[in-house]
Amino acid sequence: MNPALKNTALFSFLGVLILGTGIVQGWNTALLIVNMGLISAIMALGVNLQWGFAGLFNIGVMGFVALGGLATVLVSMPPVGEAWAAGGLQVILGLIAGTATIAAAIFAQKRFAGRTRTLVTLGVLIAGFFIYRAVFDAGVDAVEAVNPAATGYLGGLNLPVLFAWPVGGLLAAGAAWIIGKTALGLRSDYLAIATLGIAEIIIAVLKNEDWLARGVKNVIGLPRPVPYEVDLQNDAGFVERAASLGLDPVTASTLYTKIGYGVLFMIVLLILLWLAQKALNSPWGRMMRAIRDNEVAAEAMGKDVTARHLQIFILGSAICGIAGAMMTTLDGQLTPGTYQPLRFTFLVWVMVIVGGSGNNFGAVLGGMLIWWLWVMVEPLGLGLMNILASGLPEGSSLRDTLIDGAAHMRLLTMGLILLLVLRFSPRGLIPER
Amino acid sequence: MDILNALVALANFVIVPGLAYGAQLAIGALGVTLIYGILRFSNFAHGDTMAFGTAMTIIATNLLLAVGITFGPLPTALLALPFGIGLTILLVLFIDWLVYKFYRDQKAKPVILVIVSMGVMFVMNGVVRFIIGVNDIRFADGERFIITARDFKTMTGLNEGLAIKTTQAITVVVAVVVVAILFWFLNKTRTGKSMRAFSDNEDLALLSGINPDWVVKVTWMIVAALATTAGVLYGLDKSFKAFTYFQLLLPIFASAIVGGLGNPIGAIAGGFVIAFSEVTITYAWKKVLVYLMPESLEPDGLVQLLSTDYKFAVSFAILIIVLLFKPTGLFKGQSV
Repeated sequence: MNPALKNTALFSFLGVLILGTGIVQGWNTALLIVNMGLISAIMALGVNLQWGFAGLFNIGVMGFVALGGLATVLVSMPPVGEAWAAGGLQVILGLIAGTATIAAAIFAQKRFAGRTRTLVTLGVLIAGFFIYRAVFDAGVDAVEAVNPAATGYLGGLNLPVLFAWPVGGLLAAGAAWIIGKTALGLRSDYLAIATLGIAEIIIAVLKNEDWLARGVKNVIGLPRPVPYEVDLQNDAGFVERAASLGLDPVTASTLYTKIGYGVLFMIVLLILLWLAQKALNSPWGRMMRAIRDNEVAAEAMGKDVTARHLQIFILGSAICGIAGAMMTTLDGQLTPGTYQPLRFTFLVWVMVIVGGSGNNFGAVLGGMLIWWLWVMVEPLGLGLMNILASGLPEGSSLRDTLIDGAAHMRLLTMGLILLLVLRFSPRGLIPER
Repeated sequence: MDILNALVALANFVIVPGLAYGAQLAIGALGVTLIYGILRFSNFAHGDTMAFGTAMTIIATNLLLAVGITFGPLPTALLALPFGIGLTILLVLFIDWLVYKFYRDQKAKPVILVIVSMGVMFVMNGVVRFIIGVNDIRFADGERFIITARDFKTMTGLNEGLAIKTTQAITVVVAVVVVAILFWFLNKTRTGKSMRAFSDNEDLALLSGINPDWVVKVTWMIVAALATTAGVLYGLDKSFKAFTYFQLLLPIFASAIVGGLGNPIGAIAGGFVIAFSEVTITYAWKKVLVYLMPESLEPDGLVQLLSTDYKFAVSFAILIIVLLFKPTGLFKGQSV
């Protein structure tokens, strides 16, 4: 079968799955899956850029996604004037002191040599740390004391929420630059551990720094780029149009907002996909693959491998950040407690591997397909378990175990799929050309 | 007197917990480092291997308790440990035969094996949740304390108490025994020597007639035993929860890398380095300092360098520092 036909068939199959979900479980569920699927596809594009193009093993996707979510809060929420007055500037000063300390330490590393270097660096770090804590802690206490039940944080810039998407990308890119600068020169395993660690740290910061985004108290009620359902239902014109389509206003309004999100996400996905395709087929993309396939040869040809790796690491992470901002926008809230590496890092990896690493369309297909499966495994598993358990007497412990077990089917299924694809079709559904 | 009080407070809150945690990390890191040395990949499923072994041990413990067997003042889980180890050995040998062997025969790149181990991690995580659920399980029984803070105070007349939990003492004792057996095995027995040879230079080892399949099998068995032991000790000391074991992966990897991947002595040193830095940096030093400083200088705050929620950040920062300045780890490890 020629590749174009096969790809069309695969994407049609995905369409059939989603249509089927719409018919069986209702269109709201189907659209929900499509929207998160689109976001997952963008995350998969980002990871594919790093792994498929350049062979970089980044397992800190969760951290970049969470930074994107943070951007949504920082951009779109209204600023809390009282908190700014209480200690906003002091917090900023504290952060500047912290950054200055690190900069001074790096400077000392470069400027001095031998034992002086160690002593000066240590001195700068210790003194800087205490100055930073003294300034910063007072500011944080003041900010968090302002109406902790409702705010207790600095708020954002009150800009339209769509601005948060590129900003999320920028935040993630900044973090990626720092990580890349330290870890990219090292071996591949070390980059993996470093990214895994930094992701955990980003989540820990989000959970604990209440002044930034309220920590585990969550920021809710983020502004939306699409109208609210209630407003639509009160809009006479909308109700009339819904009625002319034979829909009741409540269903119509929920579908309308979901389609609105879907269209926005689709636009972002298409732009990124187009850019990724352009990059893949450009001299730059060929250079990247050359580096991936043989670093030594590429270096011999005068390519700066570490710099190129840093570049693509930042680009891929930025895409994950954009996806994270979009996801938080869709949720309408930032809940740092819900970020789990299995769901946000390793699942994206399954998407990329199953879809076909090195192929952008593969990443998109894998993202949507695996997301559909992730959502559907639980109801499907429950159905399967009910059939398995139907022969067993009511109330037997084995029966209960089987039915409870359906809730844990997700991880098992994802792992099995990953292992099967790696074994029998290691290049994925749509292989790299 | 003040200095004694300060020392006791230090021992109670830093040294004893640090020793126990360090021993748990060290045994965990030994498993990671052995896999890295012999099979040459970073095994991401290690945390979940620990979780599986612990889950099996908990089930065996419950069975023992159900028939009325206890271990007196010691936790029954220690009696059940061999069952847990046995089942885990069977599982990892099965997984190796089913999954890893294929890639080994193909001579796949290490990074592919890492991704494969990610898949194994997912499956094992699912299996553990399926078997034992996601709840917090406490399975330590027997005496809770060797010495309680109150007894210590009445015994010595000091203001500060020193409490030593049974599980902490057991952790350290078991760790010493396990490490002693492991090093005896690696240094004195024929199989152990062939494992080290295989780790140092695979080609030469094959040339001198070492059977690679046997070496790999023995490695998996040892790793399963180490992982189960580490998991059970950690679970006895704190509690068992499938998700926490997955999170232990980071400090364990940090320990193995800080010590030098592939080097068993390094793994042990790394475990204690990571454990003590985590404990000292997240400990509120006020309790110790009030005894040492003159009253006028007494600290106002808790004198805690970082909040306990940032303990990941500590292991990570140490990892980065070591990697930047000594990429092969404190003890010379392997590099690919």
